[in-house]
Amino acid sequence: MALPQVAARPADPGPAGPVRRRRRSWGGWRFVGPFMLVFALVFLAPIGYSIYLSLFRNRLIGGNSFVGLDNYTQALQDSQFWAAFGRVALFLVVQVPIMLFLALLVALAIDSGRLYGKAFFRVAIFLPYAVPAVVATLMWGFMYGSQFGLVGNINDALHVSLPDPLGASLVLTSIGNIVTWEFVGYNMLIFYSALRVVPSSLYESAEIDGAGQFRIITAIKLPAIRGALVIATIFSVIGSFQLFNEPAILRPLARNVLTTGYTPNMYAYSLSFSGQQYNYAATVAIIMGVITMIIAYVVQLRGTREI
Amino acid sequence: MTTAVRSSARTQKAAPGATRRPYRRNKRRSLTLTLLTALVAIYSLIPLVWLVINATKTQQGLLNSFGLWFADGQFALWDNIQQTLTYDNGVFVRWLGNTVLYVAVGAGGATALATVAGYGLAKFDFVGRRGVFAVVIGAVAVPGTALAVPTFLMFSKMGITNTPWSVIIPSLVSPFGLYLMWSFSASAIPDEMLEAARIDGAGEFRTFFRICVPLLAPGIVTVLLFSMVATWNNYFLPLIMLKDPQWYPLTIGLNSWNDQAATAGSQAVFNLVITGSLLTILPLLTAFLILQRYWQSGLAAGGVKE
Repeated sequence: MALPQVAARPADPGPAGPVRRRRRSWGGWRFVGPFMLVFALVFLAPIGYSIYLSLFRNRLIGGNSFVGLDNYTQALQDSQFWAAFGRVALFLVVQVPIMLFLALLVALAIDSGRLYGKAFFRVAIFLPYAVPAVVATLMWGFMYGSQFGLVGNINDALHVSLPDPLGASLVLTSIGNIVTWEFVGYNMLIFYSALRVVPSSLYESAEIDGAGQFRIITAIKLPAIRGALVIATIFSVIGSFQLFNEPAILRPLARNVLTTGYTPNMYAYSLSFSGQQYNYAATVAIIMGVITMIIAYVVQLRGTREI
Repeated sequence: MTTAVRSSARTQKAAPGATRRPYRRNKRRSLTLTLLTALVAIYSLIPLVWLVINATKTQQGLLNSFGLWFADGQFALWDNIQQTLTYDNGVFVRWLGNTVLYVAVGAGGATALATVAGYGLAKFDFVGRRGVFAVVIGAVAVPGTALAVPTFLMFSKMGITNTPWSVIIPSLVSPFGLYLMWSFSASAIPDEMLEAARIDGAGEFRTFFRICVPLLAPGIVTVLLFSMVATWNNYFLPLIMLKDPQWYPLTIGLNSWNDQAATAGSQAVFNLVITGSLLTILPLLTAFLILQRYWQSGLAAGGVKE
């Protein structure tokens, strides 16, 4: 349900205009069928299977038995789950706005036509997107380190002692920085592509009417790319709730802070692969999925109504 | 983060008929704005610069030299590369081969499936078409990791965990590739052309491969490039599916080298982790730089019509 407003607008049969009006038949399935087959195998079947799993529990005595919604009741009262959820929620409300705002500023700057070397900036800022999360996290992890990291270098050189980026109070911020680094350019590109297709006649008439740059941005540009803003927000929400790679890869550097249940995803992962509690892990994953979908839906509703 | 995040760049709506050259021409450039944007560019490039510089240092050099400059009298890049490629009987080369396999079959297959299905959705009105759309879009909002555990259990019942298939099969589906190819097909292929081909007696598949695929090329390159990134950079999926280092892709392999350093008593190979990271990102960065023109126009084309 993430993107109905771009994808299926009313009175618009497809995302991109009229479909050929042929007699309705099954002919199209020859083209769509292969995709749907794999899709059913890797999307629909696992969703169904995880709902099934979440309704059972494996006990030492009695084996696998149907427990109804007991797993859900347990998860909703599980303080470890909520602590993990709280962390990603905090991450979401702080990191996502910063990243998207920065991306938007850069996109507006590049689009303004007032930059020297805009092609260079567009590519340079986008490049981190092509770097795997593993490499990004390893690099930043090295730089954060006090051993041979930049933080250690700066401490030595200036005889100061900066707070440890991997300490308890800063580690979430440090993860936020890695994620921002990875995705700011990607989001910038989404916004920039949307800005590029705003008809220039709009700006011309606005300028003739005496509108300043700031007014043009708030009155024309931002409303014009609202769809892109909503999509970027929704994907960032999904990404935040799924946070796994960065904290999991940083873990060896900060074992005491980054516990195995640091994010809901890490919690579900450790439940399944260290604890063999597949049923409970599936329950946690489903709860996160439902919360994600609700928030994505709310963002989408608000985003399409406002302004 | 997620594969879903990746390919949404062309999904925004857009106003029709956009050209703005006349407006652009008489703009005054601003040094202040350029410098501010340069700050973000420096932020984006510094870790990469760090990586290149530190790939020239030995394990010892890493520990006692400044991070953003070269170690004195040391240029161990070629040495490091050679060590990276040969360490542990050349397992890095094996991982590279695995990654290439997963990317070629996974991303290649994903692009092919998305192209064919996107075309089908755009150009045929068939029973269940709206249903297909609703299901695919709905499923995208489901977090990938909610699927990971059940997929692992399913695959383990099918006996394909710890084989390349467990990584390849889930990579074959790219809902956003589908979306892009759908919107791309709808605008890039005129219906009249299909009618003409049909009147000439060409079969549906022949029409598709002979006439439509060339018209869809920019869209295909874009979907391919973004699926390649998703597959090349995939971490979570192979992490849960693969136990045997022989089947690791580069991402998992590098991280296992890094973990090795944290384990007491084993050899720390940070220089290899760093050099290996550099070798891992080079192919994709190069592909993006070389194919710039294609993917930027593919993204723009995805947004322009509607």
